Amino acid sequence: MIPELGNFALILALLLALTQGTLPIIGAARGIPSWIALARPVVQGQFVFLAIAFGCLAYSFVNNDFSVMNVARNSNSELPIQYRIAASWGSHEGSLLLWVFMLSAWSVAVSVFSRHLPDEMVARVLGVMGLVSVGFILFLLVTSNPFDRLLPAALEGSDLNPLLQDPGMVIHPPMLYMGYVGFSVAFAFAIAALLSGQMDAAWARWSRPWTTVAWVFLTIGIMLGSWWAYYELGWGGWWFWDPVENASFLPWLVGTALVHSLAVTEKRGSFKSWTVLLAICAFSLSLLGTFLVRSGVLTSVHAFATDPARGIFILAFLVIVIGSSLLLFAWRAPKVGLGGKFDLVSRESMLLANNLLLMVAAGSVLLGTLYPLIMDSLDLGKISVGPPYFEAVFVPLMTPAIFLMGLGPLARWKQASLPELMLRLRWAFGVSVVTALLMPFVMGEWKPLVSFGLLLAFWIIATIFVSIRQRLHNSGQGGLFTKLARQSRSYYSMHLAHLGIAVFIIGVTLVNGYETEKDVRMEIGSTVTMGGYTFRFNGASPVSGPNYQAMRGDIDVLRNGEKIRVMQPEKRTYNASGMAMTEPAIDTGFLRDLYVAMGEPLEDGAWVVRVYHKPFVDWIWFGCLLMAFGGILAVTDRRYRLKVHNKHAENATVADDKRVASNPPRLSTGGKKA
Amino acid sequence: MTRFLLPLAAFIVLVLFLAVGLGLKPREVPSPLIGKPAPVFQSQLLHEPGKTLASQDNLGKVWLLNVWASWCVSCREEHPLLVELAKSGIVPIYGLNYKDKPDLALQWLSQYGDPYIVSVVDPEGRIGIDYGVYGVPETYVIDKNGVIRHKQIGPVTVESLEKKILPLIKELQG
Repeated sequence: MIPELGNFALILALLLALTQGTLPIIGAARGIPSWIALARPVVQGQFVFLAIAFGCLAYSFVNNDFSVMNVARNSNSELPIQYRIAASWGSHEGSLLLWVFMLSAWSVAVSVFSRHLPDEMVARVLGVMGLVSVGFILFLLVTSNPFDRLLPAALEGSDLNPLLQDPGMVIHPPMLYMGYVGFSVAFAFAIAALLSGQMDAAWARWSRPWTTVAWVFLTIGIMLGSWWAYYELGWGGWWFWDPVENASFLPWLVGTALVHSLAVTEKRGSFKSWTVLLAICAFSLSLLGTFLVRSGVLTSVHAFATDPARGIFILAFLVIVIGSSLLLFAWRAPKVGLGGKFDLVSRESMLLANNLLLMVAAGSVLLGTLYPLIMDSLDLGKISVGPPYFEAVFVPLMTPAIFLMGLGPLARWKQASLPELMLRLRWAFGVSVVTALLMPFVMGEWKPLVSFGLLLAFWIIATIFVSIRQRLHNSGQGGLFTKLARQSRSYYSMHLAHLGIAVFIIGVTLVNGYETEKDVRMEIGSTVTMGGYTFRFNGASPVSGPNYQAMRGDIDVLRNGEKIRVMQPEKRTYNASGMAMTEPAIDTGFLRDLYVAMGEPLEDGAWVVRVYHKPFVDWIWFGCLLMAFGGILAVTDRRYRLKVHNKHAENATVADDKRVASNPPRLSTGGKKA
Repeated sequence: MTRFLLPLAAFIVLVLFLAVGLGLKPREVPSPLIGKPAPVFQSQLLHEPGKTLASQDNLGKVWLLNVWASWCVSCREEHPLLVELAKSGIVPIYGLNYKDKPDLALQWLSQYGDPYIVSVVDPEGRIGIDYGVYGVPETYVIDKNGVIRHKQIGPVTVESLEKKILPLIKELQG
């Protein structure tokens, strides 16, 4: 009964999505107020029905209803409750339901926080999102219905993939999807702008916070995925350039370009058509990522039986959505105009160069990801493209981008002087070169690549200092703290996100340069020494988990002969699937991780044990968090918050914000109460 | 205008490759065991744990080795086909009950029918490792000389039976 209710709710949601995708757009084009007014209530209704559908699926999982195919394949009665809930989105069908559910959540957010936008604009934006939603709900109902029954019911489910039975995996997909789906808002704003032909600073201002929020979610989602791979897969890596990882990284690269391009469009009115193209690309790559992961065209760690009908459906959907947007772009964008002019040396040109570098990087990653498919299509053999390609392409592209990242914030809009910039940054450059040359000695060994990586990181940090110092110098009277408090959040948010990149680079550089790894046979009582730590193996003993059996190793870690902690890595075998899993033990520290994983058992209680010493590895994820926090700070900037205090937005003057162009800001985060 | 069409053109090229790619099967990496003698095993029977079956006992006939488990939902999809195939008597099917519990496996067979001459048990998955099993179900076609001639990854379907497996069996038996 419950699954049928869910199915019915899904069908009703489809009908509402159809309404949402047609009437408001037509209404906006023809000027029919009642059709325009439909947008908001329909969006909210669709959200309610999708919430019911999702709730029904979760209910079936929680109550172990093995007469539902999806539950029988992805759950088990021994599975702990939190993973049964997470299993609702662990499968192909469930994850797509989560996708549309989030799309409708974003749509509701747009409908609520858009009180100050013109109604036609809102109707178009929500209409475009409705069309996307139609595609996904149809896909669910036609090829991947999560509520399909399995009759006679299974006695027991085959269990959730043990790799996914982990707290990181519970929140990683929702975060990632929030990012993917979030770009649909930027996309919808861009399409709405193309449809209406109004592309001005106000348009950029509206879509900017939405894009930033989506980017923050995507950043956190990717970070969680990388962290999960690190502690769950048991071989100590944090990024593998796997097609599925690349699928999430591509929208991130383009989304990063979009965030910067939107800033230029808002403040200077330039780059309009470029910004629109980026918005289309970011969302297209999110869709493409879904296609790559879900259709089985690329070998990945995901679902076993892939249905070709699904692949054809998603491809057709891609063609309709992306093809028609690009066609609309080709038709409308030439009329947009160029916006403010700028010199060859200016903040605009530097941002444009950075944008291009990010896009070329995204293009190279896409090429590497699809290369096996292209070769196979042309019958040139089955090959795989590995990390060496990606590293060889990515690092040289990002080097000039990071150099420009230091220059950009200091350069003037419109026209900057190169000699003046050089003069202002000579100390920053000198300090970062000297530090980068000396730092590796502190770590124990000088390596050219480490020095190079550190140079990039210190360059960012040094230029941030120069920028802040200069800004304070130019911001009138008062003590240091008064001056610091006078700067806008969006200014700090930029530097915080850039600092995140620096921290990330330091982590990557140092862990690649100085990590040590040993694969050793350990008898009971034997020791291995690494990075100043001694590991003593005390044997392994059996333990039982709720749905697995495990051998748990017991390893003492000693420093200078003193025991500092016990590490207990496990080798698990899951009851239902028989899958073996390595559960490493990790001692996390500010300057290093100790990482121990159980390999294979040998005779007399001895084991093969893998031991890693990973300096600065956590800085990688900490850097990502700083970037995400920078994004959060940006959307809480004064010009967005202002309306919370002053509900009569239209009358408000934003005197302190010199960047406000023609229209006052209309996006309110407090509109709900208004 | 033309330069604004470039993104669309790039996208069309991409779609063409994706469309061709859909027809390809990247997972069907040819098994290195095809054309090689099937790994030898000797293991207990599921129904009579006292008795064992050795793979060499099947020399001289063409047979199918089907890897299955009661926890495997995809196995249910192919199971009716296997039962039908067994009834037709075209080829003997032997089961490899992979990483399963005997009581659950027996219950499963009594519920869905037993197409196997016998099933041997592989509780630890050792035989599975020799055969390079990486997903259940998998089905191997083994010829009279004990050589693996074909490996079906994933459930046996009507299409794969008619197009590949049955013609191959006919050829091998003839």
